[in-house]
Amino acid sequence: MAARTLTIDGRLVSARAGESILEAARDAGIHIPTLCYLEGLSEMGACRLCLVEVTGSNRLLPACLTPVSEGMEVHTATERLREHRRAIVELLFAERNHVCAVCVASGNCELQNLAIRVGMTHVRYDYLNPVCAVDISHPQFGIDHNRCVLCARCVRACDEVEGVHTWDIAGRGVNARVITDLGVPWGEAESCTSCGKCLLACPTGAIFRRGTSVAELERDPKRIALIVASRQERW
Amino acid sequence: MSKTIVIDPVTRIEGHAKISIYLDEAGEVAGARFHVTEFRGFERFCLGRPFWEMPAITARICGICPVSHILASAKAGDAILSVRVPPAAEKLRRLMNLAQIIQSHALSVFHLSGPDLFLGFESDPAQRNLFGLIAAEPELARKGIELRQFGQELIERLGGRKIHPAWAVPGGVRHGLEDADRAAIAAGLPAARATVLETLARFKGMLDRFADEVASYGRFASLFLALTNERGTWEHYDGQLRVMDSQGHILSDRVPPEEYAEVIGEAAQDWSYLKFPYYRPYGFPEGMYRVGPLARLNICRSFGTPLADAELVEMRRRAGGGPVTASFYYHYARLIEILGSLELIERLLDDPDLRARRLRAEADVNQLDAVGCSEAPRGALFHHYRVDAYGLLTYVNLIIATGQNNLAMNRTVTQIAERYLRGGRLDEGLLNRIEGGIRAFDPCLSCSTHAVGMTALTVRLHGPDGRILDEVMR
Repeated sequence: MAARTLTIDGRLVSARAGESILEAARDAGIHIPTLCYLEGLSEMGACRLCLVEVTGSNRLLPACLTPVSEGMEVHTATERLREHRRAIVELLFAERNHVCAVCVASGNCELQNLAIRVGMTHVRYDYLNPVCAVDISHPQFGIDHNRCVLCARCVRACDEVEGVHTWDIAGRGVNARVITDLGVPWGEAESCTSCGKCLLACPTGAIFRRGTSVAELERDPKRIALIVASRQERW
Repeated sequence: MSKTIVIDPVTRIEGHAKISIYLDEAGEVAGARFHVTEFRGFERFCLGRPFWEMPAITARICGICPVSHILASAKAGDAILSVRVPPAAEKLRRLMNLAQIIQSHALSVFHLSGPDLFLGFESDPAQRNLFGLIAAEPELARKGIELRQFGQELIERLGGRKIHPAWAVPGGVRHGLEDADRAAIAAGLPAARATVLETLARFKGMLDRFADEVASYGRFASLFLALTNERGTWEHYDGQLRVMDSQGHILSDRVPPEEYAEVIGEAAQDWSYLKFPYYRPYGFPEGMYRVGPLARLNICRSFGTPLADAELVEMRRRAGGGPVTASFYYHYARLIEILGSLELIERLLDDPDLRARRLRAEADVNQLDAVGCSEAPRGALFHHYRVDAYGLLTYVNLIIATGQNNLAMNRTVTQIAERYLRGGRLDEGLLNRIEGGIRAFDPCLSCSTHAVGMTALTVRLHGPDGRILDEVMR
């Protein structure tokens, strides 16, 4: 496969043609924050945390969806990007009801880690304090919409890896919610195989195992990529 | 002219409060009120949460007695699951509750009330605080702080952290006690015991000088409520409710905690966020009862450990026999409870059950209505939950020790004002005495103000004879 040479943050990096800026950066050991991206799933560009500056483009581009090109000059950590990322994380916190102190995922949460990484000391926006339901009708799992960031990793894991597409997103904007089947309680979603891949994929405590108490959630999202890779090898 | 005297804020208690004293035309005390001015709202905002999150959520009610809420909540969860927790889990929970009682009582005796007790109620207010105590009595203050540390570290060794350890869960506990931690706890026992024995001796030596305070800091007849067990010894974790009057007559006995509503009613007043629980058969406000260290020691036949029992016999003798009615003796009772808790910890550490692997019973929702009750340092604590078929909370009622002492605290404030108010003028000494009287109960207001809509939302239509003609509640 043809190689492409580009610079990321002033460093010369070589990448395969068709590879995304995010993959090229990670291969080179350059960290770009992400939330909706999960290795093993298709890219979606939903969270906008991986936005980068590319010389010659006025727009900020999502690193996960932008392919590398020859001679490309990428900046991943400018002041402008840092400010954008902090704002995005703050907006995620403002949009739902995230209470780390009593959350099952505390200490094992990508949103919490992001807040620390982007240096969020407080939220500058008014909290929306939406009334969000908790659905624990499934015999093994629960979904707490208070903690959902709409990254759609559960939707993609369910569709692309398990192949059943129990999960989807309904509604628009701040009213968007992940749903099971056509908006029925999870326990009544007949397509669900109870495989738990949505739990593996979830970056926060939104999807959890029933009975889990604070900071007790154990799951490794990397297992999604492992499942995908193992399956390809077998075929 | 009638006059109102206000103390705002009351200091060295856990939370925010103010006190009003009402004088009549003649300048005599007509009444006094202890207003709790802060509001928490847990009973409302926990609705809709899964019940298994409640130990961690309700732990956040308080930084001093989170363990009490964790245990009462986990016990309510046990009842929803309809499980009996594994023996090791129950004993480990008991161990943590004893540590909690020690650290909380040490905080009350040394940090909060210590300046009053050891420097004097009328001593220089600029010095009458923990730092003043450290300056005047460095050894005593250091040992007191170390005693609290002993309790806090035991909690940390069990739960992973000193404050808000989310360790007890519905069905049991999350992890056990390592041998190294057990040894470290045992190693700390002798120094802790020496401190409490020394402080008890010193307190008893001062008691005669405090005769006036003993007589006026809330000494009155009231009922007492606490948990008790089959053996009649001091109980702090499980058991059944007993209500006793100040002559020692047992009015209600062997009441299972889930039937608490048979004995406890809850009233609200529009001038305080703190509810006013009362003994239901006697009505409000005649059903005033006290909970906490003094109530527990009045209600138990014996403590059940040799050193604490010797002290309990002496305390009862000093108080004239029969149930102790002087609230000043809460301090005394706290010291005896610390001593007995240390003895019980020593006994528990040797229990081979603690080494068992099985720590958590597993089940799903089997009961939709459940009560968890344990003795918090300040008194009996109730968590009452109702859940839907999946386990989402539809009703939460928390009955907190401080609330149960509310009527008695108001009576105490009035009694102190009657005794020490002179010439309708406030002096520093009176203010401090009122605060000191309140501190005997070690109130925790952050713990105890949770209901939404309990205050001022009951409308009653009274007839000329005081009879209630109509009542509307929201």
